[in-house]
Amino acid sequence: MSDPITVHEAAEQARAAAERALDAAEQAQAFADAAALAAETGAAAIGLSGAVDPFVYRFSIFVLAIFVGYYVVWNVTPALHTPLMSVTNAISSVIVVGALLAVGVSTGAALDGAATWAKALGFAALVLASINIFGGFLVTQRMLGMYRRKDR
Amino acid sequence: MSANIVALLYLVAGILFILALRGLSHPETSRRGNQYGMLGMAIAVVTTLFVARPDDAWTWALIVVGIAIGGVIGAVIARRIPMTAMPQLVAGFHSLVGLAAVLVAAAALYAPGAFGIGEPGRIHVASLIEMSLGAAIGAVTFTGSIVAFTKLQGLVSGAPVVFAGQHKLNLALGIAIVAIGAWFAATESHSLFWLLTLLALVIGVLIIIPIGGADMPVVISMLNSYSGWAAAGIGFTLGNTALIITGALVGSSGAILSYIMCRGMNRSFFNVILGGFGGETAGPAAGAGEERPVKQGSAEDAAFLLRNAGSVIIVPGYGMAVAQAQHALKEMADLLKKEGVKVSYAIHPVAGRMPGHMNVLLAEAQVPYDEVFELDDINSEFANTDVAFVIGANDVTNPAAKEDPQSPIYGMPVLEVWKADTVMFVKRSLSSGYAGIDNTLFYRDNTMMLFGDAKKMVEEIVKAM
Repeated sequence: MSDPITVHEAAEQARAAAERALDAAEQAQAFADAAALAAETGAAAIGLSGAVDPFVYRFSIFVLAIFVGYYVVWNVTPALHTPLMSVTNAISSVIVVGALLAVGVSTGAALDGAATWAKALGFAALVLASINIFGGFLVTQRMLGMYRRKDR
Repeated sequence: MSANIVALLYLVAGILFILALRGLSHPETSRRGNQYGMLGMAIAVVTTLFVARPDDAWTWALIVVGIAIGGVIGAVIARRIPMTAMPQLVAGFHSLVGLAAVLVAAAALYAPGAFGIGEPGRIHVASLIEMSLGAAIGAVTFTGSIVAFTKLQGLVSGAPVVFAGQHKLNLALGIAIVAIGAWFAATESHSLFWLLTLLALVIGVLIIIPIGGADMPVVISMLNSYSGWAAAGIGFTLGNTALIITGALVGSSGAILSYIMCRGMNRSFFNVILGGFGGETAGPAAGAGEERPVKQGSAEDAAFLLRNAGSVIIVPGYGMAVAQAQHALKEMADLLKKEGVKVSYAIHPVAGRMPGHMNVLLAEAQVPYDEVFELDDINSEFANTDVAFVIGANDVTNPAAKEDPQSPIYGMPVLEVWKADTVMFVKRSLSSGYAGIDNTLFYRDNTMMLFGDAKKMVEEIVKAM
């Protein structure tokens, strides 16, 4: 069985912790910018450790987007499954973002050929992604233009 | 531009992509949806240019030239490609996304500073893991799509390529890739990265070669899904919301399409990807040797029956795409409608070489989409229909799927054409279909076989009207 004094101490600590957490919450309300920091303080006070890693936020977005995709795609009419494939193909070329960052690497200052390599790889990726962006969206548009209702 | 605004703009791009897919729930809203997609892409590109903000003219020139080269090639392809070649085109486009993912991952490894993931030699471990995932999935997508492309384009035989120990080899390669990925994450060695990529390129070829031509709808959907996961992997490396959202959307879209295709064939996903099923050259099935009486009709007979029918359901299949018969078919349907015949079209989920393949071809021939029905919506209509006109389809109409528990396709959903008063089959010969099984429908009393090239036969029927 637990010692009554320890229980008392624990209750005191918990109260103190709760107060600190309250302070933290107030801070959060007062300063939107400091929200993350305040949460960290509060979390530390009640025994959790560390801030939430940005990866976890990204992962949350990822998982939610899978669910969104699931429901949206089931709503796509089977008649449009081919345009669905071509348009998903076009939007997955948003990888062009990475290509542009790589092309934008500055090669002037640095020590090595690595930056030049990155630039070259980026350029190749940029060309490929651009083929996909223009080809994908335009061919989808062309296909969708063919779907007509009965003229009555 | 502050980092917050940049992140929000990427979020907007991601949402526009969701709207692009949302639009596809109906043909009327689909065009607007596609424009949302283009807008999202433009926002993502412009935002990135603000972030990268290259300071020298040389880099700007590279960017403009790169987009121009790609844009012109893409636009020309989009304009020129015949609709019958859509499956190969989509496979080809998937390969480009896969390769781009590999290249971007490599660029991030060589110049991590530009991507905000650390300095050379001290890249964050999490980023290295994400990078290796993006590169590996991208590489598999790249070579897998190229194999699918060559099969669909007819550059190689569509028949499955199988050899002893195939699955064990793939498994060993898969384990090796995971091990090298872990080693790479620990050491940031460039040569390990390239070794990883090389093995992934090899496994991409190996997992697609055993899959036969008519299973391509599943393969294309699966590669669609992979290209999404590769993009998501890169999205994690760059911490880019637009890429993560898009990757997840595309990944789940491809997975759902694969599932729909497998369900259309009543086969499990693993059964399909393990491969070895059927082939374009599947010979006549056992028992087909015996001579059974077949009713053969001429174009004139068909024209007569069709004109005097009250209702006709047309069932197109891959054979229609091969023969490019969709325009002649539309002409025939128009003549029938003038005669007061009710014409509709029935599409099986796995007809053709990719999801929705038949719908696009019919749309190209200007068949109104409200005359085209999915299997579940039209199957009960056959019993009240005078003529079922099957053109270039076979297995998807085989009554064995309903009646013969011994049949390999037993349980597969099929179009119940045999319930119509008369069934017409436009076919080159009596050969079995892709699944390599005989279709007993050919020998039934109410079946009329119209032997010949699909397009020529339909043109002759049109003439006879």
